[in-house]
Amino acid sequence: MIRFLLSRTVQGIFVVLGVLCITFLLLRLAPGGPFQSERAVEPHIRARQEAHYGYDKPWFIQLARHIAGFATFNFPPSPKLKGMGVEEVIAQGFPISTAIAIPALLIALLIGVPLGTIAALRPNQLEDRGAMLLATLFICTPSMVLGPLLGMLFGLRLRWFNASGWYSADDWVLPAMTLGIIYSAYIARLTRGGLRETLAQDFIRTARAKGASLASVVFRHALKLACLPVLNYLGPTTAGLLTGSIVVETVFQIPGLGQHFVGAAVNRNYELAMACAAFYALLIVGFNLLVDLIQAILNPRIGFRS
Amino acid sequence: MSAGAPSSPWVSAWRRLVRHRATVAAILFVVFLVALCVCGPWFSSYGQNDQDLNLKATSPSPAHWFGTDPLGRDLATRILYGGRISLLVGILATAVASVIGVIYGMIAGLAGKRTDSALMRFVDVLYAFPFITFVIILVVVFGREFWLIFVAIGAVEWLTMARVVRGQVLALKNLEFVTAARAYGAGFWHILFRHMLPNVLGIVIIYASLTVPGVMLLEAMLSFLGLGIQPPDASWGVLIREGADNLAVYPWMLIGPGLFFSATLLALNIIGDALRDALDPKSIQD
Repeated sequence: MIRFLLSRTVQGIFVVLGVLCITFLLLRLAPGGPFQSERAVEPHIRARQEAHYGYDKPWFIQLARHIAGFATFNFPPSPKLKGMGVEEVIAQGFPISTAIAIPALLIALLIGVPLGTIAALRPNQLEDRGAMLLATLFICTPSMVLGPLLGMLFGLRLRWFNASGWYSADDWVLPAMTLGIIYSAYIARLTRGGLRETLAQDFIRTARAKGASLASVVFRHALKLACLPVLNYLGPTTAGLLTGSIVVETVFQIPGLGQHFVGAAVNRNYELAMACAAFYALLIVGFNLLVDLIQAILNPRIGFRS
Repeated sequence: MSAGAPSSPWVSAWRRLVRHRATVAAILFVVFLVALCVCGPWFSSYGQNDQDLNLKATSPSPAHWFGTDPLGRDLATRILYGGRISLLVGILATAVASVIGVIYGMIAGLAGKRTDSALMRFVDVLYAFPFITFVIILVVVFGREFWLIFVAIGAVEWLTMARVVRGQVLALKNLEFVTAARAYGAGFWHILFRHMLPNVLGIVIIYASLTVPGVMLLEAMLSFLGLGIQPPDASWGVLIREGADNLAVYPWMLIGPGLFFSATLLALNIIGDALRDALDPKSIQD
């Protein structure tokens, strides 16, 4: 298990490094630069500015300096963020995105798992058809339609919550509901698939033959294995939610992390774009590792393979 | 299925496909929608950017079935023009993603060893890459031309296709018919295109059909964020954005485009699921 953890960590470091390199190279290939929208200044002043941020060096030296900076937590300064480091920008947005992501995940699980379980226990019957129709409807209502509709209903008409902004303690409710409802649909479908496959296996039949009730078989034996596809799905999804959903942040005017993914690339804020990409990659790698660990514990047959 | 009559696997797959009423309804709906979006604007009495400032925003009426926007543009006409672009992006971006994914996956699977692990490590890295940054950079590089957006979307959506195709090729390449082909001297590319390609086609169709709604969502999201189709041109994403901005005052501006978009996604998802049941022998038959 130590070997498994070590080799996965080394792999993960290479993935994050790869993501940093690709982001840097793509941004450099794009036309324009961080100073394009600034006031025109004398060439020698611009040269001094570029030298200050290291933009006068060849691209591979810049890349190496950036990577060294990220690796030592000595983050490179950005001409687009006066008096603020990239780490401060991320430290500001991350708690807000987390405050939405965690309730969104809980809502998704609380709706999705029961829906999928009901569907799997009554295959091809009314319950199954109804649950899956509901799930498909949720999938087909994109967040940019559902978000404004929820904001309209609960914000403007019923006045239960603010329709947009990040001022009150309950401003997380509407964004989390929007995301939770959409993700619950995927979770319901995965739960149904996993549970149907598990219930068809021999050890379930043995447990039933020994006289265990359906409920105890489902809850004590089947769901443990059936949740593996859901778990696999939750890894990257959690990472994505924690780094903020851009559409939902736009709809509800929330100052989370998601906006920086768009803003940094559009404004040629190379340093912030790289920091965001690296942060996302780090979360993806971390959660995938966590998922594999939980999987190995839940199903000893999978074990620790690297 | 009629027993005895010899039928190709494709014919029997088609029979399994049209067995469910919901699937037939979904197929008919998509055909009808494509026809409506392609031909509809020719018969409309309004252009997509014809403004009637005396009219401004009006709710749905016999003259304007889905109402008009604050500039007095007929929303039904704009929905049809937007549908053309959204459907076109959906199909073309899926085609781009499928071509890249299939060739990449087949090469990785068939070549094996070092090539395979190098190619698939690269896919792993891209999976950990925030796709929105990728798309935005590509859109910035290519410019915000609508006909280049599908290239940008196709360039990020091929990863799953590559993994699926590689898995299929790994399962196929040790079968007897490939050994036989090698024995009579077939080269790498011959085996790739003549023996692997026909055999991965089924799974490619399944995943391509499931990619279309995903790609359309991505286009709508980009346009919603102002990075995709640029107004005054319409796509469903642009119209949904305009509708969301005006929802409190002119709710029909979101309801019309939203309904068209959701119904299309629903139909495409139903077709994709049905194709998986019909073409994938492993899926549970009911």
